[in-house]
Amino acid sequence: MTTVRGAAEIGGGLWHWLMQDTMDGLRRRRAILGYVFLLPTLLGIFIFTAGPVFVSFGLSLFRWNIFKPPDYIELANYERLLRDARIAISFGNTLKFTVLAVATQVSIGLILALAVHRITNTAMRYYFRTTFFLPLLMSGAAVAVVMGYIFHKEFGPLNYYLGLLGVQQIPWKTSADWVMVTIVITSAWRNLGFTFILFIGGLSNISQEVLDAADVDGAQGFRRLWSVTIPLLSPQILFATVTGVIGAVQVFEEPFIMTRGGPGNASRTAVMVMYEHAFKDIEYGYGSAIAVVLFLVIMAFTATQMWMSRRWVFYQ
Amino acid sequence: MTANVIRNPGDVSALEHQRQVLVHRAGKIVPVVLLFMLSMVVIAPVVWTISTSLRKGTESFTVPPRWLPTDMAIENYEEVFRKVPFGRQIINSTLITWGTVIGQLFSASLAGYAFARLEFRGRDALFWIVLATMMIPIQAVVIPVFIFLRNLGLVDTLWSLILPAVPTAFGTFLLRQYFLTVPIELEESGLIDGANQWQLFYRIYLPLVKPGMAVLAVLSFNFHWNEFFRPLIFLIDNDNFPITLGIFQLQGYMMTGAIAVVLAGVVMSLVPVIIIYLFGQRYLIEGIMRGAIKG
Repeated sequence: MTTVRGAAEIGGGLWHWLMQDTMDGLRRRRAILGYVFLLPTLLGIFIFTAGPVFVSFGLSLFRWNIFKPPDYIELANYERLLRDARIAISFGNTLKFTVLAVATQVSIGLILALAVHRITNTAMRYYFRTTFFLPLLMSGAAVAVVMGYIFHKEFGPLNYYLGLLGVQQIPWKTSADWVMVTIVITSAWRNLGFTFILFIGGLSNISQEVLDAADVDGAQGFRRLWSVTIPLLSPQILFATVTGVIGAVQVFEEPFIMTRGGPGNASRTAVMVMYEHAFKDIEYGYGSAIAVVLFLVIMAFTATQMWMSRRWVFYQ
Repeated sequence: MTANVIRNPGDVSALEHQRQVLVHRAGKIVPVVLLFMLSMVVIAPVVWTISTSLRKGTESFTVPPRWLPTDMAIENYEEVFRKVPFGRQIINSTLITWGTVIGQLFSASLAGYAFARLEFRGRDALFWIVLATMMIPIQAVVIPVFIFLRNLGLVDTLWSLILPAVPTAFGTFLLRQYFLTVPIELEESGLIDGANQWQLFYRIYLPLVKPGMAVLAVLSFNFHWNEFFRPLIFLIDNDNFPITLGIFQLQGYMMTGAIAVVLAGVVMSLVPVIIIYLFGQRYLIEGIMRGAIKG
């Protein structure tokens, strides 16, 4: 009886302390509200993102499939990874893809944005903006399915039109020499919308005064583009490159749906081998080791780009 | 002497002027024509998809490709529902996407407000931790999350996709930016009017960050409607698939046969995102820009 009353008194005291009609009371209420408001997000991020990253590192030190209990094997998964020729090929493909895809989508997006930005007719601007943006709305899966047909060697529309120009049927998806090019085109076609819109926004933020000043100083045409417009766009170019690389290293849908990684391993990517080991062969330890390496590669690429950006990115 | 002769007489300079006008005009028209041709190449796969989805199945994968949907073979669209449980899958995609979007709007608006306008110990440190988790790719967490969901018995349910997607570092960051733009004077006048802390958030701040919530909703809808990797791992049964997996499955059944049916599925999967683009493109584009500003 007394303990209940004691607890009630403490509770009442706390309540009074919190609801005090003073600046201190207000500050306390707002601080507690802050923690309460953050709770769902912080808890969720801890359970589904921050925690699992550490678990992934931990799992990568175990041999674990569903049939046997986990077995601590130190760095054996990483040693196996270094000797695994299929992993080497897949990471190599991913690297090749990343360089080609990012270079393609950033440069073409930039050229298109520069061209569309000069157009003053509103209807025409709207048409071009919608057209170049549209593929970005499609899912990676839908894009891969559609492009898989477009690139079909015998029945694909692309080879038909190339044939009219006298080009022999290109084995887009079936030759090891062509398949990565095909994946790059497919992916760049979709991501073009992102870089394009980004650069259009960047261009419209450049003040006309700066450009006029450049004109007065005698910088016109290509020279103005190179020494004024592009440096002013450099924050957007950096952003397009960094996010482009992060996305490209994770390429999955296009090769998974269009070629299943073939022919042979010619279009197998890092995420594909990680998926296969973890969820087809059910080797959680080895799959985690691949995931960890992938994560470190992304971090290293991002850090390098941010570090190099000091030399060329210009903030207004 | 000759240089002067060419520079001075009126008729030559008129010719020169005309030439310059022509060059100027060509300089304007040629890029537009090139741009127009390029836009046709970019849009061609989409047009081909729509027109082929309306062709008779047997004629769908033939050369030369035909661009006008002369058959109007609506039966391809019906066939999609017979080959895979597409109706069920449309419902699944809708539930997954809306569940995630609503959950994100709820949790991220609370967290964004706390980070922007409430003061408490450890706030900035927590903010940096949340920001840092934006860098973590899905592959680095997917195996532990899968094991965890399996232990909870949630694998092969829609919850396996919704629950982990609700806490959003990006959404929190985005909405925090919007909360920061609300003038602090509004808050003060609200306090004077006797609003309590919850009313301050719900009645004064929340209506003012609606554009930010629209940006988050539109971006998140697009992203999760189009998701493929997580559903592929977390779901097993046909009946639980979202449409991205349905299309993938359809493509597997059809190989190079009646691709018209597969493309009909693709067209249907596009309808919601096109609608969102038509009505919410302002928010979609603003969202892309916002992401870039922080860089």
